[in-house]
Amino acid sequence: MSVPDRATGDARALRLLLPIATLVLAVAIWHLVVRIYAIPPYTLPGPVLVAQTMVTDWGVLSTSLVATLVTTFEGLALAIAGGVGLAILFNLSRPVEYALYPIAVIIQVTPVLAIAPLLLIYLPQQGAVLACAWIVAFFPVLANTTLGLNSVDHNLTDLFRLYGASRVQVLFRLKLPAALPHMLTGIRIAGGLSLVGAVVAEIAAGSAGAGSGLAFRIAEAGYRLNIPRMFAALILLSIAGIVIFFALSGLSHLLLRRWHESAVARDR
Amino acid sequence: MRPGEFVSLLGPSGCGKSTALRLIAGLSEPSRGTIAWGAGAAPRARDIGFVFQEPTLMPWTTVAGNVALPLTLRHARTGDTAPRVAAALARVGLTEFRDAYPRELSGGMKMRVSIARALATDADLLLMDEPFAALDEITRFKLNNDLLDLWQALAKTVVFVTHSVFESVYLSGRIVVMTPRPGRVFKELAIEAPYPRDERFRTSAEYAADCRRVAETLAQAMDAAA
Repeated sequence: MSVPDRATGDARALRLLLPIATLVLAVAIWHLVVRIYAIPPYTLPGPVLVAQTMVTDWGVLSTSLVATLVTTFEGLALAIAGGVGLAILFNLSRPVEYALYPIAVIIQVTPVLAIAPLLLIYLPQQGAVLACAWIVAFFPVLANTTLGLNSVDHNLTDLFRLYGASRVQVLFRLKLPAALPHMLTGIRIAGGLSLVGAVVAEIAAGSAGAGSGLAFRIAEAGYRLNIPRMFAALILLSIAGIVIFFALSGLSHLLLRRWHESAVARDR
Repeated sequence: MRPGEFVSLLGPSGCGKSTALRLIAGLSEPSRGTIAWGAGAAPRARDIGFVFQEPTLMPWTTVAGNVALPLTLRHARTGDTAPRVAAALARVGLTEFRDAYPRELSGGMKMRVSIARALATDADLLLMDEPFAALDEITRFKLNNDLLDLWQALAKTVVFVTHSVFESVYLSGRIVVMTPRPGRVFKELAIEAPYPRDERFRTSAEYAADCRRVAETLAQAMDAAA
């Protein structure tokens, strides 16, 4: 028994250690290259300088991080509400689906970077940023939830009918639970995309003037040739993306672990 | 149908066995004709237990949650639900698995949960659509015996769809043999062997003779349609 256990334990340690080792190696090479070729910091700052900047500029950067995260989460929340709500509406009414689905696709396939400047004209800046985050994030929620709602076991549907279930009961006791795994997949994708949407809008808004998010800091630092701060803000954005991904994966695991195959550790 | 009877519908795939069950259950509408119900029984068509070929369980809830489904959908008083669920689970011998999730159960156990769910409403009529077709033979024999025990203990009327000659003979008091395309009733056969039946019956000469008789009738039904 202990032999396969140790084997899986080793495999898990390897999966954790390898990416960390690779990352450390890359940072070391970065450091050496900057050092050996004496690259000036306004071209490529070394990792040590970036780390120092992170500490010295933490006041500005942390405020911006919070602003970006707030936008991201608001965008994600609206995307979940909009995506799930629309999917339910589509599922209840075919004509509504036929009427609105193509529009949802159009919104999705139009590059958000091209929409952002227009939104900035018609909406207050914070609203425009939020709208961008929503536009890129809602579609995966909608598409995956729709798929989930439509892939309910038809025998179970018959069973609910046989026992005289109302439409509300079918929706809440059958369709939504059955769609939950798909829905969570959509939400996991939407989390990352919502951050992308927020950043895109901030960059677009940044050139227009006001703003306070991390992406705005990157644009601003770029104009001032403050390259170390650009790197520091970029790294914070990466970390934010990673944390969002793991948080949503954790949520998904928490909700599905007891019953869904995808969340079950292969125990035998 | 007589109350308390165990009737099998036997025939090849596509002869309308399952359709007949769906008609009785009200899941499909007849294209022609009506279904005649016994005096006073007609309006209570909802008092039916249905067991599908697949266990058809909700993976997101426990065994107890699945068995309670027909009651929850009817807004039964909660004080009523728990004892009924417990009784139904005890009937199929799954009391200690009440908090397990379906994925933790074997195929035979899932089928038992499905049967317990059909029993939860105290329906007088059980409709079973090839419930054991996907199980291995040993599990199927075991469940055949358990089903007979249940049927005798609870005095239900059972309509059992199958394409197994052996299963239909072992279980039924009456077998309705159907022809393929168009699906018609070809012949009705009575199986006279007394209940309770057990493994001794399965190995008896009488069982073998009955199986042969039913198999011959089924062959005639196939020829008649060809």
